[in-house]
Amino acid sequence: MVDADPFLTMQGIVKHFPGAKALDGVDLDVRPGEVHCVLGQNGAGKSTLIKVLAGAHQPDAGEIRIDGEPVTISSPVAALKLGIATMYQELDVVDGLSVAENVYLGHELSTGGLVNRRAMNSGARALLKQLGHPEIHASEEVGRLSAAGKQIVSMARALSRKARIIVMDEPSAVLDAEEVANLFRVVKEVTATGIAVIYISHRLEEIRQIGDRITVLKDGRSVATGLEVSDTPTLQLITLMTGRTVEYAFAARPHVDPEAPEVLVVEDLGLEGVFSDVSLSVRAGEIVGLAGLVGSGRSEILETIYGARRSSSGRVRVNGKRLAPGSVPAAVRAGVGLCPEERKSQGLLLDEPIYRNITLSTFARFARGSFLDEQSERRAAKEQIAALDLRPGDPNRDARTLSGGNQQKILLARWLEHGCRVLVLDEPTRGVDVGARAEIYALIARLAAAGTAILVVSSEIPEVLGLSDTVLVISEGRVVHRGPARDIDEHRVLDLVMEGRAA
Amino acid sequence: MSTTTAPAAPPEQAPARRRFALPGSLVRNLGLVIALVALCIVGYVTAGDRFLSTDNFVTILRFAAVIGVVSIGMTFVITAGGIDLSVGSVLGLASIWASTLATQTMAGQVHWSIIVLTACLVGAGCGLVNGVLIAYGKVVAFIATLAMMVGARGLAEMISDKRTQIVTENDFLDFFRGSPLGVPMLVWIFALVAALGWVLLNRTTFGRRTIAVGGNPEAARLAGIRVREHTVALYVLCGLCAGLAGAMMLARTTAGSSTHGTLYELDAIAAVVVGGTLLMGGRGTIVGSVLGVLIFSALSNIFTLNNLSISAQSVTKGAIIVVAVLLQQRFASRSLSSP
Repeated sequence: MVDADPFLTMQGIVKHFPGAKALDGVDLDVRPGEVHCVLGQNGAGKSTLIKVLAGAHQPDAGEIRIDGEPVTISSPVAALKLGIATMYQELDVVDGLSVAENVYLGHELSTGGLVNRRAMNSGARALLKQLGHPEIHASEEVGRLSAAGKQIVSMARALSRKARIIVMDEPSAVLDAEEVANLFRVVKEVTATGIAVIYISHRLEEIRQIGDRITVLKDGRSVATGLEVSDTPTLQLITLMTGRTVEYAFAARPHVDPEAPEVLVVEDLGLEGVFSDVSLSVRAGEIVGLAGLVGSGRSEILETIYGARRSSSGRVRVNGKRLAPGSVPAAVRAGVGLCPEERKSQGLLLDEPIYRNITLSTFARFARGSFLDEQSERRAAKEQIAALDLRPGDPNRDARTLSGGNQQKILLARWLEHGCRVLVLDEPTRGVDVGARAEIYALIARLAAAGTAILVVSSEIPEVLGLSDTVLVISEGRVVHRGPARDIDEHRVLDLVMEGRAA
Repeated sequence: MSTTTAPAAPPEQAPARRRFALPGSLVRNLGLVIALVALCIVGYVTAGDRFLSTDNFVTILRFAAVIGVVSIGMTFVITAGGIDLSVGSVLGLASIWASTLATQTMAGQVHWSIIVLTACLVGAGCGLVNGVLIAYGKVVAFIATLAMMVGARGLAEMISDKRTQIVTENDFLDFFRGSPLGVPMLVWIFALVAALGWVLLNRTTFGRRTIAVGGNPEAARLAGIRVREHTVALYVLCGLCAGLAGAMMLARTTAGSSTHGTLYELDAIAAVVVGGTLLMGGRGTIVGSVLGVLIFSALSNIFTLNNLSISAQSVTKGAIIVVAVLLQQRFASRSLSSP
């Protein structure tokens, strides 16, 4: 089975989006009957790859072969015809229809133009039985099923389409442990019949249990293709996912003045069910980094400090003054700025000019009374543009047209203009070209040198270690280590992360 | 910034680019003006001097005034990514409440401004309920304002017992029926509301917040903008406009009626969308909305002059909405694809 010719091969797949390269050379080959895991951090290109396979996106370059024949997957219908079925994370079942109607959605069984309910019900029953779930009634409304039940329905649909590959996008994310075990059993049964499964996840333990081979994505590239699960150590996988692909250029950090005032103090902060007892402090001019895997709660910690989520316990103080929990305006007024993880959806007004994006939190300050002073806004934006070397430098250009690195500079410029005492950066180099990263690093270091207290989160451990003075390692919503960044290396961080998970 | 550029270049660069950036909105409004002119030509060809007279133009503007005021408020809500289906009913309720005050509660001894104020307060109150439900109750705007649409109409019927309430307050009627400089007071009010709306949307912090909330509510929130408070303010503003329009309607027809403003929400949305405001939010134009209202008003006038049925008018209106939106999408996709 393992030596079989690949059913699907993808080679050198490239996909650009305006301002960013989502896929930049992905190779993948899938053999019949195997579970092929695709592993990668958020933003590594997993979802884009799925959409290329499902026919929702067209690749800009590269080749896809099925049974050795080059193919074009021009639409979702074409993908199904080629035998590729996709189970999205937000399951694409219709809650208001019955199980059988969902299974045969888009290819209803009919006689003489009328839907043949009886044939669909019995067909669905057979498929559900094949999947080991005869207890799901074919006539039941799908909205009443649990997430696990809906997955089974979605899988039955793939089978009814005579799929030869089922792409599963993080199916375990919505399941509890028992449901996951059941899902794995079903996956094993399906693959025993020769159907291949592409299993997308960032949970390493699962991949150990279910996977045959692994492809690791990072920054839109496949950094390893077709590794055998049985002879790949977990540590190697994590290194592939998070490790350095380029030499990072970090300037040496000057010693932080130990007498410098503690600008940001977080005490016993907690968010029900996500993280608890997080305490930290950042001095003026200090960079504190949070290291941890996806799902460790690191982004949530930043958002809670910022007031974008309401903490369930603990306190946040800025310059000694306590911030009202769950209030972004309070944090902003106190001089805290956040550069969010998802720049486009959380940070920018894409169809508005650069200068208005830069002054989004300060336009009222420029205004005379309630009347905007756009000339002053433009002038201030131009100064920031020059200071950060933002390109292209025309303040009237729409933010959408800029590259990822320059969009990040818009957000930094926004908070510089605001005059932040505390800057909170979530994945500051996500989607930023390698060349522009060094610039962002230099900027962050310059901001710290000017006395800003900086708190930064990154998926890339070398980045956190290289940028920060102090590092906190987060695992499963708890701080498992804190100490100077120079006293710890990448492997030690990974060990801590793994220990935290085992505990 | 750079030493390699020619000495004179940097300062001149920005205005040159701005001239390049302007046409988007200008071209769109120009398209609407062309459509309006084309309509006038059709009017002249089919109805001759009956169409092309000062009196007739005043009539068109007078009929545009009430729906126009409603559309200005609607422009704000839609620019912020919302929708208000209740404006027509709120207009009716405001006219009933104000006429009840004038004919019963304080009959004969009420100053005209109290009647107008009552209508405005009723409108703003309904808007406040809408806004709080949407911003704090997290009810989808479509549903919250649909409920208000049904509820306000019902309340208007209950208060008036489904009777038309004739208003005889002379100072009230005289004020609204005046024609300073030969232009009816209703048209003056529409012009004033439109001008204030333009300043508010384009020149104030309130307008900037509106565009930010419509363009990307999450980004606005994370930049420290109080999105919920602003949302409430927007619906209050829209309700206020509907209330004022209720007073105008009361004056134009000399009566309050629970049927006033029926289907006005759809006319207002159509005018706003045809005017170029994006239904998904983030971009709004007051000038476009005014032109949209005038186009529909001129259209009705031409159909009436030619003794064509209301039904034929509706079919044409529908076609105009579709064509306008198709053209808009063409523009939008072009502006997105070109860097």
